[in-house]
Amino acid sequence: MKIAVCVKQVPDATVTKKIDPASKRLDRSGEAALNPTDLNAVEEALRIKEAHGGEVVLVSLGPEKTVDSLRKALAMGADRALLVADDAAAGSDLLGTTRALVAALEREGAELVLFGQASSDGDGAVLWSAVADKLGRPVISQVAALTVEADTVTGKRQTEHGYDVIRAPLPAVVAISDAINEPRYPSLKGIMGAKSKPQETVSLGDLGVDAAAVGDAGAGTTVVELGPPPSRGDQVKLEDDGSAAQRVLELLVERKLL
Amino acid sequence: MKSLVFLEHHGSELEKGGLGVLAKAASLGDAVGVVLGPAAAEIAGRAGAFGASTVYACEAEELAAPLPQPRVDALATLVETTGADTVLFASSILAADVAAGLAARLDAGLNWDLTGLARAGEELVGTRLALGDTVRVEVGWTGSPRLGLVRAGAFEAVESGGSAEVVTFETSFSDFSTLATLVEQTQEESSGPSIEDAEIIVAGGRGLGSPEGFSLLEDLAAALGGAVAATRAVVDAGWYPYATQVGQTGKTVAPRLYVACGISGAIQHKVGMQGSGTIVAINKDANAPIFDFCDIGVVGDLHEIVPTLTELVRARG
Repeated sequence: MKIAVCVKQVPDATVTKKIDPASKRLDRSGEAALNPTDLNAVEEALRIKEAHGGEVVLVSLGPEKTVDSLRKALAMGADRALLVADDAAAGSDLLGTTRALVAALEREGAELVLFGQASSDGDGAVLWSAVADKLGRPVISQVAALTVEADTVTGKRQTEHGYDVIRAPLPAVVAISDAINEPRYPSLKGIMGAKSKPQETVSLGDLGVDAAAVGDAGAGTTVVELGPPPSRGDQVKLEDDGSAAQRVLELLVERKLL
Repeated sequence: MKSLVFLEHHGSELEKGGLGVLAKAASLGDAVGVVLGPAAAEIAGRAGAFGASTVYACEAEELAAPLPQPRVDALATLVETTGADTVLFASSILAADVAAGLAARLDAGLNWDLTGLARAGEELVGTRLALGDTVRVEVGWTGSPRLGLVRAGAFEAVESGGSAEVVTFETSFSDFSTLATLVEQTQEESSGPSIEDAEIIVAGGRGLGSPEGFSLLEDLAAALGGAVAATRAVVDAGWYPYATQVGQTGKTVAPRLYVACGISGAIQHKVGMQGSGTIVAINKDANAPIFDFCDIGVVGDLHEIVPTLTELVRARG
């Protein structure tokens, strides 16, 4: 089975994320890493490959330096990586990102496409559903347990009201929750081997995507203005000296919460 | 401006989140609603009280299960027939997938996690709090229809007392839209009030020290008339049921009062409760991140403070 895992490079968890006021885009200049939940998707893909055989291909859209992050997933055991890197794609919103990824995924023709549920920088948690619609494939999201059989995939997920079990025929798109597994650490052998695994970087032109369909030109949304967040008002901070409970009660009464 | 608002229902009740978005949309211009699934027409009329002039209902069998793709077909049909220039959703697991699918189908811009919506002439401007609420971003759309997902609790479901005409409609489904099927569904019965509807939530994390610590929170919640919630760490540890988990992989809540006990305030938890009205944090670690975004912070031992607070609340009667 051929499995494509869509992964994204994000600012490392240790970096204080900020938006560049000039471009109104996320400042991606600092230390970077793979989006944490994407590692769960890579792990799940490797487990499916171990059970069923096949190939695990990483697919990513991002700047050239994304190759550094892709190497970590290759070291975990993915077979190869396809990076779409093109200046025209910088600043793509959901529509541009979807168009570029769909073109890459169509070229790969994987039976199963996996996403990590939610990126740590965009917070959108929506990309897979847009990609599935463009690919014309069924989608299951928020999957916390996944069963793959010869021609179907079954996902269990938690919802606001309980659990749903959803089944879809392959080919399909599945978004993985980080509750599904613990990503493995790359072995030394994996790290050494990753350097010789195939890594291909392509441009939008290579995939037949019009530059006007991505980036600012292809965006359906704009950033009008940036500013400080609204203040939550004055904060009260207390050190408990035995009277804190009484003080909290008074504050709650003052604020008409009781 | 003509907004189409996606209204989810659970059983025969319309969800509060969607009604809040509807009330907001009605304050900005003409607002119509849509309810999908068996018995939709019967439920739909209730949205009139929240400002919908018309509520569209489709009862196709394909819409029985809570799956996104058939809903994308239904909404695409409705956008075309109603000429809506804006489609709004209250964030939920289902709504996020429907909104993104619709964005792809219509090549329409989607902004998410909106906490505000305002008219600027004929334009619509949304407010988003990005990067863990450290920056406010005013967002717009380049074309029509504009699609928006609204953060839980951003808009209150205010009744304006109107009534809506209910119009049933038919839709066709894409070949791939009905391939995914629901094979099993388990409704979790949680004891006590559900955390989505609670006006007051008392939540616990690792700082409780043991599963038994939750009895302190249950006492306080009972005294306040609220519900008990938990962080992922303690749910994973088996201290409290999954149905009460707040955060990125759990539920998003926005009560009037959120009392966080022994919760450090990791970003994964924060995203599930940052929309709360007043946040009280009780933690013995003065450097816990939750003290950066709470309204009332108490550095101290929750095992002392919570029972005392419970007594004081009870004493008020």
